[in-house]
Amino acid sequence: MRGLRPEQNAELMENIKKKFSNDILHMEENRGMVVIQAKKENFLTLMKSLKDDKPFMFDTLMDLTAVDYSGVKDIRFEVIYMLFSSKTLSRIRLKLSIAEKENAPSVINIWKGANWPEREVFDLMGIRFDGHPLMERLIMPDGYIGHPLRKDFPIKGLGEDYLIESILMPVKNEVNLKKEGSK
Amino acid sequence: MGIEHHLGNSFMATSISQVVGWARKYSLWPLPFATACCSIEFMSVMTSDFDIARFGAERPSFSPRQADLMLVLGTITYKMAPVMWKAYQTMAEPKWVICVGACACTGGMFDTYAVLQGIDRVIPVDMYVPGCPPRPEMILDALVKLQEKISKESINDPKYKDRVEYLNKALNPDRSAIES
Repeated sequence: MRGLRPEQNAELMENIKKKFSNDILHMEENRGMVVIQAKKENFLTLMKSLKDDKPFMFDTLMDLTAVDYSGVKDIRFEVIYMLFSSKTLSRIRLKLSIAEKENAPSVINIWKGANWPEREVFDLMGIRFDGHPLMERLIMPDGYIGHPLRKDFPIKGLGEDYLIESILMPVKNEVNLKKEGSK
Repeated sequence: MGIEHHLGNSFMATSISQVVGWARKYSLWPLPFATACCSIEFMSVMTSDFDIARFGAERPSFSPRQADLMLVLGTITYKMAPVMWKAYQTMAEPKWVICVGACACTGGMFDTYAVLQGIDRVIPVDMYVPGCPPRPEMILDALVKLQEKISKESINDPKYKDRVEYLNKALNPDRSAIES
């Protein structure tokens, strides 16, 4: 990566260990990037100081996504934050474990760009974010049932014709009615 | 016989449907409803290499009101289906639909939770063009075959009446109950 010194990640890990040892569960270097497993308590304070405080200055939220570890890990979901610092040119990855039916804290007050990624995660994974101003679907149609990127969602869907019921071809509707009548 | 005997070859006797069909088939205005990569093939169809202008359909009408041929080029999702339906219903009669590519015809490889499995579930289709994506020649072939179909159509085709009735019902669901 451009401008990244080889010892930069080690320094970063040192600094994080010094400052946030109570707020993180686990830290490692994976494929040239520091990966942090964060605790849910004080998560927003951790993010805020990662953005504002001097040695870190992670001013850009590159990506916010989530993974469904159902059947693999004890806690079902992990929300993943990819941060980039335009000052030090270093990158960092944070993981936050979220159980089913548990809400994640919204980082929208720290990075405004988290607005749509958080809505996307809610849409496809069903993780709600506390403090988000508009927790609605972003990609799927408004009346959609279910969250399609969850591992327990059927890959071919639940039968989405309810979304376009009013515009299905009349002939097809008659056929469907006949079928239902014969049952 | 009759008037032709007196006036010679200066005119032709035919039926009004044939004349109208002949005029319609050489003046199609396509509406490219382009949602995916098949539209790239349609761009190539419009260029001078393949030249859809040779068949009288060179004027892409990006407003459905003036179009009479809808080309559905690409994947239609459940979110897009109402938009496509509305664009089709906005077109004035007579209107035809060419469905280009595997995705539009059957959903293609996207047998998933988000993709409509064939646009003929929502709007009537006249010509299906298979392929992923089809060659530009195949789109031209579909156009020529559609022209044959148009030239054989009657201007009193009952499908026009059916479609208007269907649209009225769809737009005013309770209308039939009020009238009866």
